[in-house]
Order: sequence, then C-alpha cells, then structure tokens
Amino acid sequence: MGRVVLVTGVAGTFAARVSRTLAELGDDSGIDRVVGIDTRPPDGDLGGVKFVRADIRTPVVGKVMAVEDVDVVVHLDVNPSDLGRRGGSAAKERNVIGTMQLLAACQRSANVSKLVLGSSTSVYGTSPRDPALFTESTAPQGGVRVGFPKDAVEVETYVRGFARRRPDVLVTMLRLAQVLHADIETPLRNYFANPMLPSVLGFDPRLQFTHLDDALAVFTEAVVSDRPGTFNVAGEGVMLLSQVARRLGKPVIPLPPLGFASLAGRAIRTMGGEMSPDLHRLLTYGRAVDIFALRDIFGFEPTYSTEQTFEQFRAGQRPGVLSGVGGKA
Amino acid sequence: MTDERRTIGTGGQAGRGNRSTSPSSAARSLAGGSSGAKKPVKKAKPSAPKPDAPKAATKPAAKKPAQKSAPQGPPKQEPPRLRAVTEEDAAEAAAAAAEEAARKTRTAGPGSMPAGIPLDEILVAVAQAAQRVLGSDWEGRLAAFVAALRKRLSGDFEVDEFGFDPQITEILTEAVEPLAEKWFRLEVRGIENIPAEGGALLVANHSGTVPLDGVITGYAVKKYSGRNLRPLGADLVFALPFVGQMARKVGATLACTADAERLLTTGELAGVWPEGFKGIGKPFAERYKLQRFGRGGFVSSAMRAQVPIVPVSIVGAEEIYPLVGNVPSLARLLGIPYLPITPFFPLLGPLGMIPLPSKWIIEFGEPIRTDAYEPEAADDPMLLFNVTDQVRETIQQTLYALLVDRGNAFF
Repeated sequence: MGRVVLVTGVAGTFAARVSRTLAELGDDSGIDRVVGIDTRPPDGDLGGVKFVRADIRTPVVGKVMAVEDVDVVVHLDVNPSDLGRRGGSAAKERNVIGTMQLLAACQRSANVSKLVLGSSTSVYGTSPRDPALFTESTAPQGGVRVGFPKDAVEVETYVRGFARRRPDVLVTMLRLAQVLHADIETPLRNYFANPMLPSVLGFDPRLQFTHLDDALAVFTEAVVSDRPGTFNVAGEGVMLLSQVARRLGKPVIPLPPLGFASLAGRAIRTMGGEMSPDLHRLLTYGRAVDIFALRDIFGFEPTYSTEQTFEQFRAGQRPGVLSGVGGKA
Repeated sequence: MTDERRTIGTGGQAGRGNRSTSPSSAARSLAGGSSGAKKPVKKAKPSAPKPDAPKAATKPAAKKPAQKSAPQGPPKQEPPRLRAVTEEDAAEAAAAAAEEAARKTRTAGPGSMPAGIPLDEILVAVAQAAQRVLGSDWEGRLAAFVAALRKRLSGDFEVDEFGFDPQITEILTEAVEPLAEKWFRLEVRGIENIPAEGGALLVANHSGTVPLDGVITGYAVKKYSGRNLRPLGADLVFALPFVGQMARKVGATLACTADAERLLTTGELAGVWPEGFKGIGKPFAERYKLQRFGRGGFVSSAMRAQVPIVPVSIVGAEEIYPLVGNVPSLARLLGIPYLPITPFFPLLGPLGMIPLPSKWIIEFGEPIRTDAYEPEAADDPMLLFNVTDQVRETIQQTLYALLVDRGNAFF
C-alpha cells in the first residue's frame, strides 16, 4: 500500500520541483500519489502531481487531507515574502497562520504519520555574537526579531509543539541554506541577478548555498525513509560576498551600514530588481551552518560544496561587466 | 602628417586644443589669455624644462640639446666601469642601452612630435625603478605578482568556514614585519614551546589600549613557527565595520566555546586573551598587573579538546598607548567599553594614534598539559579555577622576570 504525500506551497518554484521529484519516484519507493496545494496555480508543469487549489490558512486544508487520505505532509509554504506579489504582513500571515491551520489539520487526522518541514537557516538569525558555524542546537543571538527569520522561528516553535502533542508522528525539520539555482526563486538568486551588487561598507559576509539536487535528495530521503529530527542542509564550505561578486564579474556598491536596507532597496529598484527585506542582515554578518548532523545522523553527504553550487549557478549567468578585468575563464 | 594628426581626437572642436597647432582654451588662459589664440604649444612650453637637465627635458622642446648630450652621457659614466662588472652594472647598462634605443627611434622619425606626456621616458624610469626594487629578474617577479593579483581579482581563492584567508594573512604578516621588528624591536623567546603540529591554546596577557598585542603575537607565531594563529576575539570586534571583516580574514573568530573547541579539535593553534577589555582598558598605573582571567572558559575548551595550554607573556604592549584617562559616559554613548585618553591622544589628533616605540618581548612558556585530565573533567569548576590560576600565575611571574630583563621600556 503506497503512501499519499501532501506538498504545500507548490506554486513556489522549489516546492514545485520537490513535488514533481516525489511524484516521479512512483510506487517503487512506496509513494502512491502526490497532492500539491496552493492558493494560486503553479507556473510550470507539475508532472504527475495532483494539484488542489486551496488555502492552507483556512480549515479547508483539513478537508483536503481527509479526502485524499494523506499520510505524509511536506510543508514547504514557509517562504520569505516576494515583494512582487505580496507584502511582508501577507507573507507572515501565510507562513505562520498557514502553518497553524495545517498543524491543526494534521493533529485531527488519524492517517498522518510523518511531517517534513522545509525550514530555513534564517532561524539562527545573524549577528556579530554568533559562532562561526551554527549547529542545530545553537540558540539565535540576534536578527530573529523581524521579518522572515521571526516567521521561521515561530513556525518551528509550532511544529515542535505539534511533535509534542502527537509523538506518534515523525517530524523532520530541514533547515536549508538558500538554494542557488537559476530556476529557483530565492532572495540571494534575485540579488545576484542585479548588474551591480549593493554591499554593506566594511563587511564581507560569509555565505552558504545549497545545491538544488542535494536539496531535492534530502527531501526525498526524508519522505521515503524515516529521519526524525532537525538537520541543517547546506553545501560544504563558505564563500565571501566579495569573492562571489568578483567571480560573477559584478561590481559591488558599498553603502553605509546605517540605512543600508533602504538605500540598497532603492539602488536595486533603480536597476529594475527587488530586494528581499530580510537580506540586509545576512549581507552584514553572514551565516554558515554545520552539517555534521546531516552527515552522521541523517546519513546524507551533500554532493556539491557551496563553491561548486555557486560555480554551476555562475555558468548559467550572463557574465558581469567586470568579467574582462578579472572574471574566471 | 600634421593634417593626419589634426583629424585625430578633438581637432576642430571649439575651445579644445589639438595638441600640435592650437592650444586649448584652458592652456591659452594659463599662458595669459590676451595673447593670440594661434600661439603654438611649442612656444608656450619651453619655459617648463630646465635647460641644464637635458635628459629630463620634454621631447620636442629640448630635442636638439638632448641629441647633443646623448653622446656625452655615456663617456661620463665610463669611469665606474673600472670596477668589476656586477649584475647591477649590467642591468644599468641594459637600461641605458634601452633608453638610447628609445631615443634613437624617437629622433629617427620626422621631427614633428607633439609636446605631451613623455611616455617612453616614464616607461624607462618605471623599468629602472622595478629593477632597483625587485632585482634583476623583476619581469618574472612582476609577472608572478600580476598573476596573483589577477587570481585575487577573479575571486579565485578559498577561505575556510571561519572566513580565514591564508593569502591575505601572508601579505599582512609581511606588512607588520617592519612595525614589529624595527619599531617595537620584538624579541621572541621560547618559540619551540609551540607544538609543530596539532592543536594548542595560546593564552596571553592583554594590554595596550588597542589590541595590537594580538596582531604582533599573530605575526610572531607565523614568522617564527610558521603556523597560523587563530585569535579568539570579543563580539565587538565582529560588530565593527572593516575591523570585523579583517579579523575574520586573518583567521579570528568569536571567543565562544563552540568556536574554540571547533578550532582546537581540528588541530589549529588558537589564541585567547582572557583578560579581555579589562586588560587592554586598564590605566597605565596598573601596567603588568593581570586582571581577572575571564571565567575559565578557555581551560574547559582546551580540556575538552585535550590540547596543551601555552602561556604567553607579552611585555611592551603596555607602553604603546599609556592610558591615563577614560571618558566612560562618552564611551557608553558610542557603545564601546572605554574611550581612551593617552598623553598624545586626542591632544595631537591623528599623530597621537602612533604607538610609542616600546621594546617588546614575547615569551611562549612551557605548555601546560591538559590530556592528563579526562575530557569530562571540564565539568569540574574547582579544577578549572585551579588550572586557570596556574596559567595566570605563570604569566604573571614571567612578566616580572621579562620586565627585569628588558630594562628601560624605550631604549
């Protein structure tokens, strides 16, 4: 008897890829059906995924779960606000209230046996008082009081509460560093797409990226096998923002730390882009995580390091204006 | 020829010169605006070059004297050739020949070279300077340097997960060398106490208002033992722009147990200054009196990682900026632990920021082994306090001995 997997937020580029990958696995891995749910239809093809248009912020999600006999819930509808469509408060509504409704439905459901949460390394915040690498047990020191990091922390709190109330349900929380891939919409991908990169004067943050293949493999593994716990997912190693900019051949515009968010936002708007509101803190202090638990407890070895992930991403990008000066061949 | 030149560039635009026949309006006004606009550049310029410096004269104006003096030049240089021909002489002769050749090609052309920047002379001068600075194989070294620079500019370098960049550290070590060796006349003792490989925790006294002692200790370790010191710094360091960025690049990280243990278990040499701001911000009157040694966290980290503790005593840092006053209220306002007043700062402004040239001695003491204890012993506070006191006492006694050895702080 195969299992039915519910994936939330499938209109998002990453969730769409995860749901399609799960659907393609088919019966061999014990997955009978994959149901995707979101408030708007996905842009791309979902393959064998059954799409249900519903809002997880409403009790409708409970009915969907009952009708479809869902066994595994993959919650991927926790995302930073994308300014083009919704504002910050709408994103918060979707992230936090959506999670609460979904968990309420899960708690009622007798079928659900596993919950996989696609969280983010944002839960660690970012501040100068942080250790160089975050382990899963490190408490955030700062930078989780507003915006998406706050949402992510609250979502995780609710999920932990759910795990306490339903100890029979396996809960896997995957904290992903931002996926860097030309097709996956993440704040950093959008930021790197700008012709010039506003940076914080006097700071050179350490950044980490996750390769799409690794991210998909980790989610597949978490759905197919039983891997309860909290795990950081990122490519090995770090890259500095200055290094990234030079490899992209794009000039950085150093802007003063005070008022960086608004100045950089304005600069990026001038260039025709949008800046994710929570990015400025990451661009000040950076963030890197330890993936020891992913290796030793989860049992997954990322195929691509941060640098390899970036190089693959760069290969698909148009070379920046400074490529002639120092761009790598 | 002249017509050809005129068509290039700005020729014909109102108010802009064409370099050969009509000077720009700016040049005209410089030459005393009332004179005719058709005054050629050649006449305006001769006042600039000194007549008795034929070599340095600009090309067209002093062409004839230069031609005449050219044959005179080499004979004057003849007498020194009596000594043995060294590599430098050969290089100089080669440069002279190159210059001669350059001059010949210049004079061989039709005699209407416009006045302007003497590019080839500058090139020859640069080549000579490069030879003098980098030695006779300067081309190879310059090429290597440019290749390295290109690699940096293309982002083709690697940093570890702490953000440590070995290339930058290498360059900074070189840059600090004159400060340490010539200005502070650094003397390093007991460098053999730093293990050649494997982790170790260097524990040092902290002083000097500005944490220069960390920089110099890092330099000494790199220079004399060849290993990279990974300093553990306060969070303020990483909150400051530029400072935090640089600190990460030279291998520093936050002084917390997680980072300390990560460094030590991976076999790195970590450095810690447990006195912290109490140490560097103490008044000059209390110099060389150790403050409280933190809460003993460094001992527990070393014990968990089972690495030795090397006590480091630094003499000399206390005198670089004698702290005679403090403005606590202003410091609080700025969010810094203290606002120093030294005899020269802020009195002399930026000049007051030059460290006084005290004599420095850094002694690396005998390692205190922690592998005799179990890693679980790190949970025994009494043991931690005892070991902390042992390290502190060792450093304090060494400081007194070194002070006697050093004698006068400055001479």
